[in-house]
Amino acid sequence: MNNYIWLIPILPLAGFAINGIGRNTLSKGVIGFLGSFLVLVSFGISVGVFLQVKSTGTPINVTIYDWFALGDFHFPFAFLIDQLSSIMLLIVTGVGFLIHLYSVGYMKDDAGFGKFFAYLNLFVFFMLLLVMGSNYVIMFIGWEGVGLCSYLLIGFWYTNPAYADAAKKAFIMNRIGDLGFIFGVFLLIKYFGSTSFAEIFSHAGTQQYSAVPYVLITMLLFVGAVGKSAQLPLFTWLPDAMAGPTPVSALIHAATMVTAGVYMVARSNILFTLAPVTMHVVAGIGLATAVVAAIIALTQTDIKKVLAYSTVSQLGYMFLGLGVGAYTGAFFHVLTHAFFKALLFLGAGSVIHACSGEQDMRNMGGLKSKLRITFITMLIGTLAISGIPPFAGFFSKDEILAHTFAASPAMYAIGVITAMFTSFYMFRLLYLTFYGKFRGTHEQEHHLHESPPNMTVPLIVLALLSLVGGFINIPESLGGHQWLAEYLAPVFQKSAALFTGSQLTGSTEIVLMVVSVSGAVVALVYAYVRYAKNGHVPVSDTGKRSPLANLSYHKFYLDEIYDTIIRKPLDWLSEFAYNNIEKLGIDGIVNGFGKGSLDASRGLRLLQSGNVGFYIFMMVVGIVSILMYLVIKF
Amino acid sequence: METLNHNIQAIPLNHYILLCSIIFSIGVIGVLIRRNAIVIFMSVELMLNSVNLLLTAFSVYHGDATGQVFVFFIMALAAAEVAVGLAIIVMIYRNTNSIDINVLNRLKW
Repeated sequence: MNNYIWLIPILPLAGFAINGIGRNTLSKGVIGFLGSFLVLVSFGISVGVFLQVKSTGTPINVTIYDWFALGDFHFPFAFLIDQLSSIMLLIVTGVGFLIHLYSVGYMKDDAGFGKFFAYLNLFVFFMLLLVMGSNYVIMFIGWEGVGLCSYLLIGFWYTNPAYADAAKKAFIMNRIGDLGFIFGVFLLIKYFGSTSFAEIFSHAGTQQYSAVPYVLITMLLFVGAVGKSAQLPLFTWLPDAMAGPTPVSALIHAATMVTAGVYMVARSNILFTLAPVTMHVVAGIGLATAVVAAIIALTQTDIKKVLAYSTVSQLGYMFLGLGVGAYTGAFFHVLTHAFFKALLFLGAGSVIHACSGEQDMRNMGGLKSKLRITFITMLIGTLAISGIPPFAGFFSKDEILAHTFAASPAMYAIGVITAMFTSFYMFRLLYLTFYGKFRGTHEQEHHLHESPPNMTVPLIVLALLSLVGGFINIPESLGGHQWLAEYLAPVFQKSAALFTGSQLTGSTEIVLMVVSVSGAVVALVYAYVRYAKNGHVPVSDTGKRSPLANLSYHKFYLDEIYDTIIRKPLDWLSEFAYNNIEKLGIDGIVNGFGKGSLDASRGLRLLQSGNVGFYIFMMVVGIVSILMYLVIKF
Repeated sequence: METLNHNIQAIPLNHYILLCSIIFSIGVIGVLIRRNAIVIFMSVELMLNSVNLLLTAFSVYHGDATGQVFVFFIMALAAAEVAVGLAIIVMIYRNTNSIDINVLNRLKW
C-alpha cells in the first residue's frame, strides 16, 4: 500500500491539470466525471491506507524525495500517515468526492464549469498535502495552497465586485494568520532544529527549556489557526466567503479547510499541552467565538449566512475542546461536523437551486412537500448539529462539553447556552425554509423542484453518516466503547500522560448530557412556537428589530468596527504615504535627478563656445593641473 | 662622433633642460595668444622641436640611441601633420577668406 500513497494527492493534481487545460475544450460530462472519479480513486486508496494503519497500529512514513538541504538541515518531501491523518484523509477525499458529485448537478449551467472543477481538484490536492505532510513545511505548503483555492473559489463569480471583495477579505485575513504560523515554524526550527513532527514531538518536554518557548511557539501557531479556522477576532471573512458557490462553502468553508486549524493544533497537541497559558487562550477564544457567532446566527435571514455563523460557532466548540485538553473530542467534532455541516450546506444549496437562486429565508417556506429528500436529510443534519441523540453531533459536542465541565463549570454553562442558541437558529432555519406556506414569487413557486439524483445521493449519504457517525465514539457512561479515542490514543499519548485535570464520573456525565439535550429541546420548541406554529415570519424578523436583535443582525457591528479602527487609519496612512513619501519623496528624488542633469547639461553646454583659443587654454590648464597633481603626489 | 658627443656633454644637462623648457613655453604661449592659424601651427612645431632637442640631449647623455630614433619618428610625423594641417588651412582660407581662429567659431552648440 505504501507504494501508492503518493497517488492520493497526485490524482487530484492531475485532475486539476487536465480540467484546467481542457476547461474550454472538454465536455462538461468528461470534466465532471474526471474531477469526481479521481477524487474517488484517492478515497479508495485512503481507505486502504486507513485499514493498514488500523490493523498495524504503526504510522506510515513515506519520503518522496529530499526536497532541499541547508547545511545539515534537511527538508524531506515526506508524508506521514498516522491515526490522525488517516481519518482526515477519509474526510477530505470522502466528503470531497460527495461534494464533487453534487457539484456536477449544481454547477451544470455555469459557464465556468471546467474552471470550477479544476479549482476544486486543486483544493483537494493542497488539502491532502496539508493533512499528509510529515513536517511543518509541507503542512505550510498545503496551508497556503488551500488559502489560495479558497480565494479563487470565493471569487469564482468575480464579475460581481462584492464577491471579489469577499475573496480578497478572506485572503488577507488568512494572510494574518499565515504570518503567525510561519513565525511559529521559524521558532520551531530555532528551538528544535527541525520541522519534522516525529523529531519535534519526541524532543518536546525532554529538553530543559522553560515554558516560554512553548508558549511563544504555540501562540504563533494558534494565530495561524485563528486565521484559517475563522476564530475571534479574525472570523469575519468566513460569513463573507459564502459569496462562493454553495458546494465550495460545503467543502472548503465547512468540512475541510476551516478545520485545518483544529487539525494542526491536534497534531501539535504535545506542544500545546506543555504551554498551559496557550491552552487557556485557546479555550477562551474558542468559547467566545462559539457564543458570539451563535448569537449572530440567531437573527440572520440569509440561509447560507446562518450556516456560516453556525460553522464559526462549531469551530469555536472545537477550539474549546482543544483548549481544555479534549483532543479526541475536538477531533471527533471535526469528523461529525464535516458530515452534518457539509450536509446542511449541500441541502441549503439544493434549496437555493430549487428557489432559483433565492437565499433569503423570509421568501422561502413550505418546501417540505416539494423537496422531500432535501427536507428529510436537512432535518437529520439539523438534529445532528443541535445535539439531539442519537445523531452524530450529540456525541461529539457532549464529549467536548463534558471535558469543559471538568475544567471549568462556568465555561460549561456558556457552552450549554451556546448549544441552545445552536438548536434555536438551526430549527429556525428549518421552519422558515420548509414549513408554512411558500412566500416567494409565483414564478419561483412554479419553478420549485427536487434536485436531480446526483445532488440528492450525496445528501442521502451524508445524512446516513450524520446519523451513524457518532457511534464510533460512544462514551463509556452510555455503555459504549470509545473506539475513536482508542484508535487515536497513540497520537495523544504524551499529552494524555501530562493531563492533570480531573476525570468525570459516569453519572455526572449523564447528568450533563441530560442538561444539554433538554436545553436543545427547549430551544427547539421555542423555535417551533415562534416560527412554525403561526405559519408566518414574526414581525421581529421583517420589520423593526429590538436593539439586541439589531446588534445580532448587524454582527455586533464588527465589520464596521474593524473598518473604523483598522481600515480607515490604514487608508489614511496610505493616503499620507502616497502624497508625501511617494509623490514628494521618491518621485521628487527621481525627477530631481532628471531635472538636475538636464539643468547641469544646459549650463555646461555653454562651455562649448566654438572658440578654439578657449579650448586650447582649457586644455593647457588641464594638463598643467594634472602635472601639478602628479608632482605634489610624488 | 666621439668628439661630437664629447662637445655636447661639455654643456651640463640642466642647460638643455632649461633651454627646451623655454622654447616649449614659447610654443605654448604662442598657441594660446596668437589668432593666426599659421602662427599657431608654427608654435606647435616649436613645441615639438623643443621636445626633440630634449630627447636628443638625454639620448647622448645616457649613451642610448633610442631617443634619437624617436626623434626621427617625431620629425616624420610632424612633416605629415604639417602637410595635412596646411592643406586644411588653405581650404579654410579659400572658403572663409580668413585664418583667424576667433572667426572660425561656428562649430559649437
